[in-house]
Amino acid sequence: MVNLKNLKLLTGNEAIAQGAYEAGVKIAAAYPGTPSTEILENISKYKEIYCQWSVNEKVAMEFASGSSIAGARTLVAMKHVGLNVAADPFMTLSYTGINGGLVIVFADDPGMHSSQNEQDNRYYSKFSKIPMLEPSDSQEAKDFVKEALNMSEKFDTPVIIRTTTRISHSRSMVRVGERCNSKSGSYKKNCQKYVMIPAYGMQRHRVLLERWEKLTKFSENSELNKTYNPPDISLDGNVGIITSGISYQYVREVFTNTPILKLSITSPVAKRTVKEFAKGKKLLIIIEELEPFLEEQIKEANLGIKIIGKEYFPQFGELSLEILEDLYDEIFGTSLFKAISSGNTNSGNIKPEGNVKAPDPGSIPQRPPVLCAGCPHRPVFYILKKLKTVVMGDIGCYTLSVLPPLSSLDSCLCMGAGIGQALGMEKADPELKGRIVSVIGDSTFFHSGITPLIDSVYNKSSGLIIILDNRTTAMTGRQVNPGIGKTLMGETTFEEKPEVIARAAGIKNVKVVNPYNLIFLEKTIKEELGKQELSVIVSRQKCVLLDRTKSSERVYIDVVECAECGLCLKFGCPAIEYRNNEYTINELLCTNCKVCIDICKKGAIKVGDK
Amino acid sequence: MKDNNISCNKSCGKKVDFEYHQRKWRKLIDDGSVLSVLLAGVGGQGILLTSKVLSEAAMLDGLDVKVSEVHGMAQRGGSVVGSVRMGKRVYSPVAGKADFIISLEKLEALRYINKLKEDGFIILSDVEIYPISVYSGDISYPEDINPEIESITFNYIVVKAVEIAKRLNEARAANTILLGCLSNFIPISYKCWIESIKKNVPHDAVDVNLKAFEEGKRIIN
Repeated sequence: MVNLKNLKLLTGNEAIAQGAYEAGVKIAAAYPGTPSTEILENISKYKEIYCQWSVNEKVAMEFASGSSIAGARTLVAMKHVGLNVAADPFMTLSYTGINGGLVIVFADDPGMHSSQNEQDNRYYSKFSKIPMLEPSDSQEAKDFVKEALNMSEKFDTPVIIRTTTRISHSRSMVRVGERCNSKSGSYKKNCQKYVMIPAYGMQRHRVLLERWEKLTKFSENSELNKTYNPPDISLDGNVGIITSGISYQYVREVFTNTPILKLSITSPVAKRTVKEFAKGKKLLIIIEELEPFLEEQIKEANLGIKIIGKEYFPQFGELSLEILEDLYDEIFGTSLFKAISSGNTNSGNIKPEGNVKAPDPGSIPQRPPVLCAGCPHRPVFYILKKLKTVVMGDIGCYTLSVLPPLSSLDSCLCMGAGIGQALGMEKADPELKGRIVSVIGDSTFFHSGITPLIDSVYNKSSGLIIILDNRTTAMTGRQVNPGIGKTLMGETTFEEKPEVIARAAGIKNVKVVNPYNLIFLEKTIKEELGKQELSVIVSRQKCVLLDRTKSSERVYIDVVECAECGLCLKFGCPAIEYRNNEYTINELLCTNCKVCIDICKKGAIKVGDK
Repeated sequence: MKDNNISCNKSCGKKVDFEYHQRKWRKLIDDGSVLSVLLAGVGGQGILLTSKVLSEAAMLDGLDVKVSEVHGMAQRGGSVVGSVRMGKRVYSPVAGKADFIISLEKLEALRYINKLKEDGFIILSDVEIYPISVYSGDISYPEDINPEIESITFNYIVVKAVEIAKRLNEARAANTILLGCLSNFIPISYKCWIESIKKNVPHDAVDVNLKAFEEGKRIIN
């Protein structure tokens, strides 16, 4: 057995938190979002760092900017689509620059493990001219935090660390170290730098362009961009691969005899480094997930040799060892490489047909994620489906209500979208009046539901907004939010109430219901749908994953009284099972919410002793 | 010898030569090969902890290790797959084809068996969890999965891990029984396994998990 000493097996997110600790970060903020959530959760373990869940990513970005202006080393984290929310402050932060080092982490989700799209956020770096580092394992994820902060302070710019799900949620070995105490700067008034009126903004834009030039030179001289020359390149020395991030790991494993340029600073692209790497080679392969971000820029450099990329890879989803193994065979097993070796790069059709692996069609029953047994969202969607409403949804666990048997969602676009969408539909089609409902979770409501709520009052909506308050930010792993009365650091704070906010916004019809009371829930929804003015229902019951109290009761189906109608299965609770022609309740899964008792019309679902 | 806690393939009837597998893998790893274990199951079954015990055991034995995990939707009862890879130097955290698959549920074993290498082994917990689609759609849970698996590979071992764990009064120790079974194949020393279990399972569950590991280890010998 080896002594591991300071070696730890960390996820990329844990490593970034450790990196923040070691680099002397003093302030950190985020809004939870998979796959970035655990960065702040882990930072909260270090008492030396003040950290907070901000109400949304835009506020987190603005908070981070303020903290940096006041001189503290600062980290802000979010998922890829979170940056869309924060894009407004982000785009002008590149103009103002920083005071204390500022690192912005965003975590992309190729393959959409837990997201509504798989946008490639690398373009945000090129768009804003904020430089970007991409780690390829947890050690780099940790180290790059310090590198990013040093770059930030050297060039007076925020610096991006971009991860993907496979970096954030993979474990690899990390050598951990001690915290270095960053020297805190102090705030100095400088309105020409921080007040972006057009006159000052124009000056800062020039500063930004000059800075980008300097950053390009820095990137070209940086040892973070590494060339790997295998010991035996006789086989495929004519070929070179340029890659970054997780793709680098796949490349190292598959292309064992090919020279590789691994870019760690992927923006600005170190074009001189690329040129030097290309010298003497006949073919460059650019291997990257999602968009041809590096490929486009490397092709712009006019290297005079053949460059291939996206015509060989899917532009969607993740890369994998299998995809690269196929590519390897394609290149070294076929005419492509032979043609290039003989200097005849134009011969043959090099575009492979159908090399993208189709997913298994699967005769195997799918197992999508489902709302948990006892989930307080389920009764609401059961009733909404029963009443044949049009349901404009939002982002959270409740998005899962789109799947059968609940099948009740009509839309899910982005955080906070449902309320505004519902208003738009109501205005466009008066026939929909009395049938349109928007649903939004508690954390999502605080994130971006309040402004469209006010908009609905202002523009005289007659719809129904249901706030699904399960007392937590559930989907990302149960984080606290403004409605809970606790901060990320565990302090007690004011407990915001959605119903109070709704009343303050001018809504007269505001009701709070317990969704476990199915009869009352249905009655309330019917009443509010029938009204000619805007209504809000707060459906309040805590998430079943928060804590499970053991009950002495059990809910069961009386086989004698069961009419075998199957209605209880339409509720979609994982605890209600149908096996061997018998309807039963799985005691291990059942949380005793007892809602199914009201679903059964025969009264066959009963409560008994354990 | 056939134990009534397992039902397994024909090759198992003539007893798997674990020492051969240990020797084979020790040599392969010395020569630079990477050993890949795929862990499949349903969200909430404890894949994260299981992969942590396995990966830290390998790390304590001086191997380079990478682990791929699934977070976020994992707790919502969906199909979940992760991988643990070990060797002198590991690059990709995500396995391509796997040398071993540990499946905590039978249908998930079927779902991921196309990821098994031709000479790979699958260790399967004898548990059926019906996906909700079975109740609402036309699809049914496959009647008997074992023959289907057998039509693909003879290298499979079905372990009644939950039953054994229940006898130990801790159903949640079932995954450790599967790890005990796996430990017969792969060259991680016994004391590293024990240390990793002690380090990673909840404090009050260490003893029962150590027992579970032993149960799994002796189950097919």
